Amino acid sequence: MTNPEIYRSLMPFYAVMVSLIAAPLILMSSRQANLREFWTLAASLVKFAVVFLLLPGALAGRIAEFIFWEISPGIALSLKADTLGVFFALIASGLWILTSFYSIGYVRGLNEHKQTRYFASFAVCLSATMGIAFAANLLTFVFFYEILTIATYPLVIHKETKVAIAAGRKYLIYTLTAGVLLIAATAWTYRITGALDFRAGGLFGNTSLSPSIMMVLFLLFLGGVGVKAAVMPLHSWLPAAMAAPTPVSALLHAVAVVKSGVFGVVRVVGFVFGPELMRQFGLNTLLAIFAGATIILASLLAFRQDNLKHRLAYSTVGHLSYIVLGAALLSPASLIGGLLHIANHATMKITLFFCAGALYVKHHKEKISELDGIGRAMPWTMGAFTVGAIGLAGVPPINGFVSKWQLGLGALQAGEILPLAILVLSGLLNAGYFAPIVYRAFLKKPAVPYERGEAPPAMVIPIVVTALLSLLLGLNPDLFFHFYRLAVMVSGSILGGGP
Amino acid sequence: MQNSPALVPLLLLAAAISIPVLAIKKTGVAYLAALAASLGSVVISAYNALRVWESGPLTYHFGGWNPPIGIEYVLDPLSVFVALVVNVVAFIVLCHAGGLKEREIPGKSVPYYALVLLLLCGANGMILTGDLFNLYVFLEIFSLACYGLIGIGEKQAPIASFRYLIMGTVGASFYLLGLGFIYIVTGSLNMADVRNILPHVYGNPAVTTGLALIVIGMGIKMAIFPLHGWLPDAYTYAPSTSSALIAPIGTKVAAYVILRVLFFVFDVKFVSQTLPVTDLIGWLAAIGILFGSVMAMAQNEMKRMLAYSSIAQIGYIGLGIGLANPLGFIGAVLHILNHAFMKGALFLVAANLRKNAGHSDISKLDASYRKKLPWSMAAFTLAALSMIGLPPTAGFFSKWYLALGAIDKGNWVFLGVILLSSLLNAVYFFRILEKVYLGTPSAQGAEGAPSPKSNKGEGFVAGEEEYALMIPAVVLSFSLLLLGLLNANIVKGVIQRIIPLGM
Amino acid sequence: MTDFILGHYAYWAIIFLLVLGLYGMVFKKNLAKKLIGMTIFQVAIIMFYVASAVKWAATVPVLDPAIGAVDAAKYISPLQHCLMLTAIVVGVATSGVAFSLVISIYRRYKTLDESILLERMKSS
Repeated sequence: MTNPEIYRSLMPFYAVMVSLIAAPLILMSSRQANLREFWTLAASLVKFAVVFLLLPGALAGRIAEFIFWEISPGIALSLKADTLGVFFALIASGLWILTSFYSIGYVRGLNEHKQTRYFASFAVCLSATMGIAFAANLLTFVFFYEILTIATYPLVIHKETKVAIAAGRKYLIYTLTAGVLLIAATAWTYRITGALDFRAGGLFGNTSLSPSIMMVLFLLFLGGVGVKAAVMPLHSWLPAAMAAPTPVSALLHAVAVVKSGVFGVVRVVGFVFGPELMRQFGLNTLLAIFAGATIILASLLAFRQDNLKHRLAYSTVGHLSYIVLGAALLSPASLIGGLLHIANHATMKITLFFCAGALYVKHHKEKISELDGIGRAMPWTMGAFTVGAIGLAGVPPINGFVSKWQLGLGALQAGEILPLAILVLSGLLNAGYFAPIVYRAFLKKPAVPYERGEAPPAMVIPIVVTALLSLLLGLNPDLFFHFYRLAVMVSGSILGGGP
Repeated sequence: MQNSPALVPLLLLAAAISIPVLAIKKTGVAYLAALAASLGSVVISAYNALRVWESGPLTYHFGGWNPPIGIEYVLDPLSVFVALVVNVVAFIVLCHAGGLKEREIPGKSVPYYALVLLLLCGANGMILTGDLFNLYVFLEIFSLACYGLIGIGEKQAPIASFRYLIMGTVGASFYLLGLGFIYIVTGSLNMADVRNILPHVYGNPAVTTGLALIVIGMGIKMAIFPLHGWLPDAYTYAPSTSSALIAPIGTKVAAYVILRVLFFVFDVKFVSQTLPVTDLIGWLAAIGILFGSVMAMAQNEMKRMLAYSSIAQIGYIGLGIGLANPLGFIGAVLHILNHAFMKGALFLVAANLRKNAGHSDISKLDASYRKKLPWSMAAFTLAALSMIGLPPTAGFFSKWYLALGAIDKGNWVFLGVILLSSLLNAVYFFRILEKVYLGTPSAQGAEGAPSPKSNKGEGFVAGEEEYALMIPAVVLSFSLLLLGLLNANIVKGVIQRIIPLGM
Repeated sequence: MTDFILGHYAYWAIIFLLVLGLYGMVFKKNLAKKLIGMTIFQVAIIMFYVASAVKWAATVPVLDPAIGAVDAAKYISPLQHCLMLTAIVVGVATSGVAFSLVISIYRRYKTLDESILLERMKSS
């Protein structure tokens, strides 16, 4: 096992700061809409470029590190662009570019109010997400995790309707409680180990702690990160948060926020507890049970939703637990599959949400029962939707298949049959709840014929791009961003096989 | 500058006495003189802090009399730190007072400023003195000024002030009585001297009685649960500018005295193991945190809500004392600083509301207030986030150290209380934030509120806000970010240098 | 036992005064009477200090040529008295502030009855 080379670099710092600097600029240019949108786009492009520049280093096993300063004696606020971090940051920042274009089309198409607050909060959210991705220790992680919680709140309540405000309250209750649990877990870990730096393979080392303490500690962590990862029974804020505008749901509630939670699960499993402790105390079984139950239940609940976004939300809940399951199985292929699913689910689900938004902007349709025949009016949108849907059901050649295949393989490597069965069943359920939408859209006749026409190009282009991305990543998982290689490296480092 | 340790109280005292004379002809002079004196005290205490930071603790003997006979001022990292915090916050609040005096204290600005300086004189004296009886004298100077500052408020203020006076005097008398017991046994009033003598007489019941009386007396001043009865009315009915001054300073100074007496006059082992004093304080504080938070949720008046919130926050400090370990100590001292800034900012915003809208009734708040007072509301938001304890604000780190301390001690109840309290804080602060940012003006029909349509006019227009009122609140609350991010420097540079022996 | 009780008669008196003062502050409804209670309470503490300085067969702490400066035990410790001079001043100041508050309350409400005052405080 070769130790990765660590070098000082400002790049992780830039990655976090770009959008944090953009936020006040956005606020200041609230009167000039074009300038304001320019800042958003510029920040997203620069951010992605910065993260992309970190990629070669990460692939070569060179880790960029940036230390701010100590924020508690002995614990520094520090960022470290390790493979896992770069992996997640690439996804989030890359999709932010598309979401930015899409958002502009969306909010202008709907003539939304308070667009400045919207874009500024978005920028802060992305900063926090980068911080989470690159956090080098638990305290830094908590730090950005809580910032993300607060920065997302204005987006959840954006519409300022009663429903939105109620959703915001629910969101806060869940996430603030989670934050508190995470702080408790972090403080306790610090007390036990005297260090909080993430270390592949776990930071507890050979502690002789009683199983019950480990269990409580793990549950605290799980409560902390599990809320954002929407592991049942901590998921119910997510469907409620669909009250937010669709781009928010697309990026934050399919990519940034929920994936931060899942990312946290991977960090906790792989870098705090480590595979050995997880197995030793049976924690992985516990996690797998939660994840497996969530996958099935969420898929079943998705059937009952008539609101398209709610159905997508439950689908998200289920798919997030794929990743958690991958982490819980702790075999090489399952970890690779889980990590790949972070990327793959992101591209697919964001496509679906984008489509939902396009339908809303163009025809103000939110319910699935109203979508009869809409596919002929908006072929690009619904075509992309179909790509995403079959991908989520795990059909090749879309990228959803790749991650699911790896997960299944991982289940076999771990010698478990039940997870495999869950995955297969869930694939069928996915197909079951997406098929009616596609069927209605293309094969049913609308009550009133639609005027043919798509949403604004600023929205349609991102939709097509993400759908295309899903397809290409399905054909070659290592395309462009080397997600596959990164996933293999992360899995290797967690399980002790390589850097 | 050999005499710099003694200068702050003397300067403030001299200014307090001369203000009524200076302002006979023109009342405006009073404000400027008070501001100048307060600024002077900031500068001198900063200079003192620097001296201590560079060359270690200093002592100053009044009139050249050596201790234990003479009165001694002790400047160690803790005392100069707390003194600096108090003076800085007071200066910022005093800047703010200029814009408020017509509304809050019409015709009484001259005595008001004189009293403020007396209050500061008392606070500085209590913090710096190394003599237990001298502390009592400054305590009374401080308290009398407090009663006055509260009493010149609204119609109900004299009653609130009178009740505070009765309880406060009982508190101070208890302190004096307790001191009497200690003095009878040790024959000394000098803190360092008493500390040296006490280990020989710990078995003496008089010492125990004295300690108990001192803690109860100061507990009243600190408003630790269940001795908090005077606080809600006093903070609510006092002029807003007085509340903003007393809330950050008043109870903190008493908390500081308890810290001083428990850990630096008595020793840690005695108060935490031989006698369960710190445990008692800790548990009472824990109850107080929950009690204060729940009561704060039930309030409809912002100042009253903040008052109950103060009781809860004082509990944080009490909890840190109760833990009696280094991390708890760090948490307690850091929270003295953090809470002074947070509560100061919040009370200043409440004052701005009263000045601009004529009330600070939570149920009447709506989005039009954010339009009118965007910066005040931004300050309020930031301070509220800090109260909840979200990073990167300072409040997070108070919580962090206290949580570490509680875990260190293995006291899971305290840990639960700290964490639960941050959720309770979230409930009562988001209630306000929701109204201010999302409340529709039409629902409540506030006077002069813009119609909901104007919501589309976005952006920050600070023009309508008075700078004199806005800037101090903004400065206080934005410092919370700085205090949060740089807290390790404070902890390492100041607090860890003064962790009491035996912790 | 009797010796203990009789020997500390000054302290029993002080305790009686303390309790009396507390009683006045807590149970009397009239603010002026509360104030009287407070003053009694303060005076009791002053007495306590002074009593603690009592020393039989010793004289005032002024240098007496007949005794000389060597045998300090022949003099009463002056410190308690000095402290109490300060405490008396503090007490007077407190009473002054308290009376001004009472007057101001009476002017506004035309009563000093606490229960009535508390009611009116809430209603206004």
